[in-house]
This record gives sequence, C-alpha cells and structure tokens, in this order.
Amino acid sequence: MKYVIMFTSTPEADAQLSAEQGEALYARVYEWFQQHDDAIADGGAELQPADTATTVRGGGVVVDGPFSEAKEVIGGFSVIDVPDIDAAIALAQSWPMLEMPGTSVEIRPMVTDYSQFEQ
Amino acid sequence: MTREDAAAPGPAARAAASDRELARLVREEAARIVGILTATTGSLDVAEEATAEAIEEALADWRRRGVPPRPGGWLLQAARHNALDRLRRDRTYRAKLEHLAETAVPPTPTETDERLPLLFGCCHPALAPEAQLALTLRAVLGVTTAQIARATVESEATVGQRISRAKRRMAAIAIPLRIPGPAERSDRLDLVLTVVSVLYDTAHLAAGGDAVADRDLADDALWLARVIAEELPGEAEAAGLHALLLFHRAREGARSAGGELVLLDRQDRRRWDPELIARGRAELDRAAALRAPGRWQLHAAIAACHIDAPSAERTDWLQMLVLYDMLRGYDPSPIVALNRAVVLARVAGARPALAEVDALAPRLSGYRLWHAVRGRLLRDLGRTDEADAADRRALELTDNRAERRLLAERLSR
Repeated sequence: MKYVIMFTSTPEADAQLSAEQGEALYARVYEWFQQHDDAIADGGAELQPADTATTVRGGGVVVDGPFSEAKEVIGGFSVIDVPDIDAAIALAQSWPMLEMPGTSVEIRPMVTDYSQFEQ
Repeated sequence: MTREDAAAPGPAARAAASDRELARLVREEAARIVGILTATTGSLDVAEEATAEAIEEALADWRRRGVPPRPGGWLLQAARHNALDRLRRDRTYRAKLEHLAETAVPPTPTETDERLPLLFGCCHPALAPEAQLALTLRAVLGVTTAQIARATVESEATVGQRISRAKRRMAAIAIPLRIPGPAERSDRLDLVLTVVSVLYDTAHLAAGGDAVADRDLADDALWLARVIAEELPGEAEAAGLHALLLFHRAREGARSAGGELVLLDRQDRRRWDPELIARGRAELDRAAALRAPGRWQLHAAIAACHIDAPSAERTDWLQMLVLYDMLRGYDPSPIVALNRAVVLARVAGARPALAEVDALAPRLSGYRLWHAVRGRLLRDLGRTDEADAADRRALELTDNRAERRLLAERLSR
C-alpha cells in the first residue's frame, strides 16, 4: 500500500529555532530517513521555503507566493510503501520534527488502481 | 404532572417486540458473517452490504414464517448469495468470484473470533467518532440503517451516506481488521470502549423517545461490552466497562415509571435487578484483580457506590468524591468534572459546588445537563429566578421527551 506523507510546519515557529537546535534536529531527520529506508519508496523531496512558491489559478493569473492566510505550509513529502494505515501512522508518529509546535504529517493513500476512472 | 400512560400494546408494538427478538438473533451472527465474507471477498464494503441486505431479508421473512432452525446458517447463506450477486455486477471484483465460490465457509465459529478484529477496524482512530458509531452498529451489531436513523434521529439517507463514506475511507486508506498489538492496545481499546459507552447513552436518551422506548440498543451495548470482556480477559478496562453497563442496566427498571424519568434519589431501589448487580460486582472484582486501574473501572466503582447505598441519603458521598478525584486523573473531560460537582454538593454543600459548575461554563454552556445541574444548585441556594432561567435553558436544549417532562415539572413547582 503506497501513501504520500506530507510534512507540514509553521515557518514562524521554525524561525525561532537557533542554528544549533536546527542542526541537531536535521541530524535526527537524516537518521530517520536512514532508519526507515525500507518503507520509503522512490520519489519525495524537500521543498524550498514557502516564500519561493508560485501559484497558478484559473484565468491564467500567476500569483507569487503562497496564500498569506495559510499558517501551515508543506516543507516536503515522501512516498512510502507499508502494509496498512497503522504502519503509516506509526512511521509518521516517529517523525522527529513533530516535537516542533505547529508541525504535522499528513498521510494520503496514492491512487494505484486506475480502473476506477474507466467507464 | 402530565402522564401519557402507554396504552395496551397494539399490533405495531407486538411486531416491534418480535423484531427486537429477531434483532438479538441477528446480532449474534452479524459480525461473524461480515468477517467471513470480508476474508473471502477481500472487501469489507461488499461483505457488509451483502450482510445488511440478508438481515433486512431475514427480518421480513422470519416475521412472516418464523425463525428458521439455524438462523446463523440461514443468514450466512443469504449473505453469501448477495455477495456473489454484487461481485457479478461489479467487474472489478470478477476475479475474486471464483475464489468465493470455491472457498468452503466454516459452518461453525472458528477458534479465532471475527467480531473483535472487525470492531477494532470500525473504531479506528482514523475514522470520525460518528462514523465509528454508525459502522459499529451496522457491521458489528447488524443494526439496520433505518434502526440507526431512529436512534440518532437523523434521516436514513444521512446515516446511509455516513456509512458508505466511512467504508470508502476504510478501504482507501487501508484500515486493517485486526486486534492491535500490545504497544497500541490500550489506546485503541479505549476508543472501542468509548463507542460502546456512547452507544449505551444514545439508546438511553434517544431524542424524541420515551424512557422505555429504546431498551434494544442499550441491550446491544451491554452485549458488546460482554463480548469484549470475554474475548480480552486480560484487559481490566474491558471488564470495567462491562461492570459499569451491568450496574446501569440493573437500575434501568427503576429509572422510568410510565414513560417518565425517575431521578436516582427517588428511585425504588427494590426494583434494581439483583442478578445484574451481582454480575457487575463479580466483573469489577475481576477487573481489580488484574491490577491495571483506569477510567472505566473508576466509573464502575462510582456506580457501585450508588448500588451499595441503602438510600440516596445514606450514600457514601465522601468515598464517591475520592473516586471522582482519582477519575479526574484519567479522564479530564468536563462531564466528569460536572458529575464530581454534583457529589461535592452532597459533601460540602451547594455553594462550593456551584462555583465549580460555573467554572465549567466555557466548555459546557451548550450542554443541557450543565444547565440542569446549575438549576438544581441555584434552587437549593434559594436563588429561584436564576434557577428557573437555568432549567428553562436545559429544557430548550433537551430533545428527549421524558427528560423534558422532568424539567418542566421542576419549573412548575
């Protein structure tokens, strides 16, 4: 069963971290990826900060930057392959960044069976 | 006081009584059949729909022709037939057809019970609480959508949609049907026990219902609590909830008179059921021996304080207050704090109790019993106008007819 897990955080809270704290946390994130190498399928990425986002809406209008009202932003995502939602939850719960306030992990199953779109 | 005495039971009431009996038979088999068919079809959705359809057929057929000698076999046969039909209609499942046709279905329960894995799946934390309740009612207890709609006072369409959405979600995110391992067991079990307890309360206070109208679902909740306690004999909290519901059930007969609610301090204690009380005590003792305290055992111990008292006046309120203080450590809910304040009023008087109740206003001001408790304390303190206002607010927030009459009576005195 494949899921995309999306790592969400609040830039404001992230900014309050000292350089040392940030590095220590990063080391644990790196360790986390190594530890769960088996469950992590190919794909996934860490994203540049939210202020680099460009948003396209209908009507061809291009808007620079994320929506200002969004306090939580996606910082990255991974594709995981685990037996079921319990395993996905257990993996997400071990995400080191979760100790940061305003941080969360969203788990979404991937569409793998396209027959549902055929008529 | 107005009293709408129940007339002699008419044909509708007799049919309802026989339906309740049939529902009990269905309940014994429903989860097992859903479990078996989920294993063979690989789809809880197909299994559940097929079983629900078989249950509807059974209720109609058995009412006409009587209960067949082996109701479980009858239901399983009908459900398998419906599942095959469904699979034939849906080409995505066609590959599984052969498998289902070939698999010999065990006619008797296997040593591993299907009910608990299904129950844990239905009460999964990734499902919303109302979805957990609706799924448990339908898939585990075999309650029909129409019956659920009556109990929750919603339209059948709403309940039906909630169930299909929940099943779609279960399949889409791959919620497993299994008893969780030791690491997550106690958190997950607490969710299951909460659903069972909510089910009991829902049955008790069905909106629009009279005090006696819905014994049926309360009985379902008690049955489910017993199944869980028996299947997980090492879980003290499962025994705790079972004991609690046995105590509640024991007092049921005295809780209503002619469709009217009778509050605890006016209940005729001779009408409490001694057999259920004895079973409750034995279950609570068994829980205590497991030496793993928790909130359901404390709730049960508090209920036992009422049971032990020869009258409301001679209740050991101090002991109860101690138990409530312990309970607050396990259960920070404002409802527990409200109930504790009721006990505090008995121990220390209405004034300190009212202060505690008022402090709960931000969290409970939309809750009918918060206003009802406040009304009573204000009345005890002689603040009649404020008491009337609180009781009126409670009345506005109450849908249950028996509870409405009780509050109206208080206002008229």
